[in-house]
Amino acid sequence: MTDAALPTARPSRASLSPRLVGFATVIGALLAAEGLVQLGFVNRFIVPPPSEVIDAFRRIVTEEHVFRRFLATAAECLVAGVLLTVIGVGAGVLINRFKLLQQAIETWVASVAAAPLVIMYPLFLVVFGRNALTIVMMGFISGLPPTILKTIEGISGTRQVLVNVGKSFNLSATQQFWKILFPAALPTIFVGVRLGLIFALINIVGTEFLINYGGLGALITDLAERYDLAGTYAAICFVILVSVVFFLALEQAEKWLRPAD
Amino acid sequence: MAETGRLRQPAPPAPLVGPVALLRIAIVLALLALWEFLAHSGWLYRDVVPSLLSIGVAIVDLLSHTAYYYNLGVTAAEIAMALLIGGTSGLVVGLVLGGSGFLSKAFEPYLYYLGPTPKIIFLPIAIMWFGVETPSKIALGTFSCFFPIALSVAAGMRLIDRVLVRVGQSFRASTLQMVFKIYLPAMRHPIINGLRLGFGFALIGTLLAETRLSNKGIGFLIMQADATFDMPRMYAMLIVLFVLAIGANALIGRLGGLDSIKRT
Repeated sequence: MTDAALPTARPSRASLSPRLVGFATVIGALLAAEGLVQLGFVNRFIVPPPSEVIDAFRRIVTEEHVFRRFLATAAECLVAGVLLTVIGVGAGVLINRFKLLQQAIETWVASVAAAPLVIMYPLFLVVFGRNALTIVMMGFISGLPPTILKTIEGISGTRQVLVNVGKSFNLSATQQFWKILFPAALPTIFVGVRLGLIFALINIVGTEFLINYGGLGALITDLAERYDLAGTYAAICFVILVSVVFFLALEQAEKWLRPAD
Repeated sequence: MAETGRLRQPAPPAPLVGPVALLRIAIVLALLALWEFLAHSGWLYRDVVPSLLSIGVAIVDLLSHTAYYYNLGVTAAEIAMALLIGGTSGLVVGLVLGGSGFLSKAFEPYLYYLGPTPKIIFLPIAIMWFGVETPSKIALGTFSCFFPIALSVAAGMRLIDRVLVRVGQSFRASTLQMVFKIYLPAMRHPIINGLRLGFGFALIGTLLAETRLSNKGIGFLIMQADATFDMPRMYAMLIVLFVLAIGANALIGRLGGLDSIKRT
């Protein structure tokens, strides 16, 4: 064996898959938590052992109708998403169409994006009542500013050469919009819709949790109020899982719209 | 000469109020008029849309009571504490992940995908671990602001000009010297940006936790107004809160020199 072969024979740190190390660390942390709880170092009435949480998954699926609740949350997200796409993108197009209006209110929209809109939920409760409409409106309102801002950015950022091509073909304003501006801005508009949907999901689940109504958020409140700790942890894990899958799906859709990236 | 003479002609005076400002004033006035019309129309339940006068009176009343400032102080202290703990831990984690490609690939996806999850759902755990008092609000604020700060710092660390790092290494700077003399100054903008985002998330996390279970703080006051159906007071609190939040956000950006990025 030559000296040169030695480094390849020994598994180096770089040859370990980082993803594998990350996953192994998470599993290790869960095993450590299990051991600490089982040995009594951590109070099991505060932190349930991970094995109980895994077992509780079965319970929340069979007894708590988690999929029905998931569908309720998904339906709220869908309605908020449709509203965001129609009204948010429409408002962005309209604001961009009138430059004076854009100069006047674009900074306002950006300021609203920095405001803690979700804290308005008690007001929405009074206005719309304790029902799905309040939850949908909370999701819609919180996702509106990024959708509008990104739509404006996308249309404003259309390359001048494309606009000039449209002009050289004597396209009408409507044709110019549908054939040049909108297709060119679509990837950026989708970034806005994606951000809007993420904000909407966060606020929809958050509002469900806070007003104890609807789908997955309300499930966590139900279980926490029953002091079903393992179930609460399992439901939280389920919501995280749903959020991650939702996030990944939107990311894939964005990649599909931006093949060059 | 004729050219010079033309140059000496005084420029036409600029209008006192430009068209943008005029349009803004018109929009504000139209919205206020619409609001007042709705308040008196009887189309909505009584007091759901209170008159502008009653909201104005409620704002004055709110700002003239010391109890409001006490509760504002409680919320501000909780947010400051959350930002301190979440910001420091986010900074350290961001520096570690940004400085190592291996660790970044191993652990950053977890932060990246956990970042956009709704943090308020962790409130039952926070209450279980830290109790119903202030620490659980701080914990939720900390957890909320940790992710954007850590991700922003890690991304900023990867964008540092390699020349600066080599300069530090050529001076045989220690790890601490590298952090304080090279990395942190070079990452000022991403850190401030992360802090801005983190502030927003900490604010939301803390306020929502207060609305859910608390006996002090702005979130508690909002829920109190909701419980007593004191709508002018609720609107007043939301308006003051939004003004403070937007102002604080802008202040963090200005102090960190984020406005200078746009000019360069």
